Amino acid sequence: MAEETPAPPPAPPGANPPAPPAGAPPAGAPPDAPKPPAAAKPAGKPAAPKGPAPVDASGKPLVANISMAVPGAVVAATEFLGQTTVEVEPAKLVEVCKHLKDSESFTYLVDLTAVDWKDRQPRFDVMLWMHSFKRNNERLRLKVKCGETCPSATSVWKAANWMEREVFDLFGIRFEGHPDMRRILTWDGFLGHPLRKDFPIEGIDTGAAIYPDRYPEGGGPAPDDPNRKLVS
Amino acid sequence: MNSERQLPGTAGWVPPIESPNLLGLHEMELNFGPQHPSTHGVLRIVLKVDGEKIVSARPDIGYLHRGTEKLFETETYPMGIPHTDRMDYVAAATNNHAFCLAVEKILSLEVPKRGQIIRVLLDELQRISSHLLWLGTSAIDLGAMTPFFYCFREREAILDMFEEYCGARLTLHCMRIGGLLVDVTPMFMQAAHDFAGTFDARVDEYEDLLTENRIWKKRTIGIGVFTTEQCIEWGVTGPPLRGAGLAWDIRRAIPYECYPELEFDIPVGKNADTYDRYLVRMAELRQSNRIIKQCLKWLDENPKGDVRGKVPRVIKPPLGDAYACVESPKGEIGFYLVSNGTNKPYRMHVRPPSFINLQALPEMVKGHLVSDLVAVIGTIDIVLGEVDR
Repeated sequence: MAEETPAPPPAPPGANPPAPPAGAPPAGAPPDAPKPPAAAKPAGKPAAPKGPAPVDASGKPLVANISMAVPGAVVAATEFLGQTTVEVEPAKLVEVCKHLKDSESFTYLVDLTAVDWKDRQPRFDVMLWMHSFKRNNERLRLKVKCGETCPSATSVWKAANWMEREVFDLFGIRFEGHPDMRRILTWDGFLGHPLRKDFPIEGIDTGAAIYPDRYPEGGGPAPDDPNRKLVS
Repeated sequence: MNSERQLPGTAGWVPPIESPNLLGLHEMELNFGPQHPSTHGVLRIVLKVDGEKIVSARPDIGYLHRGTEKLFETETYPMGIPHTDRMDYVAAATNNHAFCLAVEKILSLEVPKRGQIIRVLLDELQRISSHLLWLGTSAIDLGAMTPFFYCFREREAILDMFEEYCGARLTLHCMRIGGLLVDVTPMFMQAAHDFAGTFDARVDEYEDLLTENRIWKKRTIGIGVFTTEQCIEWGVTGPPLRGAGLAWDIRRAIPYECYPELEFDIPVGKNADTYDRYLVRMAELRQSNRIIKQCLKWLDENPKGDVRGKVPRVIKPPLGDAYACVESPKGEIGFYLVSNGTNKPYRMHVRPPSFINLQALPEMVKGHLVSDLVAVIGTIDIVLGEVDR
């Protein structure tokens, strides 16, 4: 999002600073969330209490079952604060989900969301977590590192439909195989994906796309609008 | 109206839907909302109707989107709590609670027993007030005016209690990371005792008005049936799931605070319809009051104690991620927190129960009449502030 046209309020320069400080530290350190608490310890202020360190969970029977049922799917498995996260290969995600639902009774998809690690390749983490009523309310979190496309879990859980639409809307991750990949919270024709780290917090000038003869397609202010700021 | 369809009796005529039609050929698109009193906010539903019968429904949301998750990322952890008030604005206490739990989880903080009890007390008062708002408004939607006045009488008493406790009535901001800001006051305790003593009789009053009411039963029985399997498939939690017969409540399933020590039952329904969801909520009112009485008893017996544990002055969680959830009046509300070691969350995601329950609406109303849609929206109990965030 680059703004042209000198705008009277000094918003654009102030716009970017909030994002980089939040985005930069994890990019410098290994961005994988559970791994680097050791790095946090020396930097951590004495006031910050240290949480329990994440441990490798690849020995858990559940994780072993996944790697057995879908060979090559599990990249890593960690346990942090009693919550297990299994990182899987994007290409095998649907297979793993099917296995978890059908064979491991994880019937309830609790939530699906994404995390933007701005400077990393691939850029996004898509997180899914699921719940099993039969296994004494056990929960499991799946993590997929992906770019702007990710396989859709809608064929496994219907609940994933709106969750994936929300991620598409706010992060711009397109879910392949989703039956209805449209924006959900912002309006059709909105430019940009608000939860990306490079989206300015004060928003972008999109105008209103209610008069298509006057306003450009895809939203944005009218061409003769003096307050117009171009959004690339 | 579908102009391509041929007239009945001619070759190639296909009936619009298999079930008996009301108007035969004509399917009409109807906008329900965004300014409709029974959508409880700005929800727009694009209906395809065949006469009065719903062929398909497509909810259109986002009118209240404020980018709450983005705001969390720009502010410190304690500054995030007031934003949660404004999501489900009729159940701010449970939102605060879920947010604080997520941060406490990643910080491994302990809340003192007294703080836990008061949190539970506030949660249950909030649950009652949210259910009362639901009962009053959804009864009005179905044409019953009187319950609204009764419900708001009691809700007013609860809001007064909140005002006495934290100064706010709706957007409470009543919890802090690691516990609570203040202890309960004697006036609050007195009001809570008075309320808990009379509330069971009040629930009887509501039930007198509705439970055996012929109109109410005709409008709700068999409407919007959503079985346990469907609920799980669509991620529906809260009273709709329990109304379908599964006794699943986060307070028992994934216990938090002092709920394991408290006695209460999980009411369940049988027929998974609107009426059973109503019955479940009525029973939950009584169970919440039961919990409130136990909390008040504990507070009377233990008049002193800390309400907040040891919390660092600057909250900087270690690197990592955590998810914590509580049972809100609407279902499972959860917060997923990714920390990068700074004093601001790198990512804070909300699992909003209203959003996910609303997703199942088109399935619930398919084949019903437009007037039943009103009953079903009422029974899912959505709050658009939470749907759109």
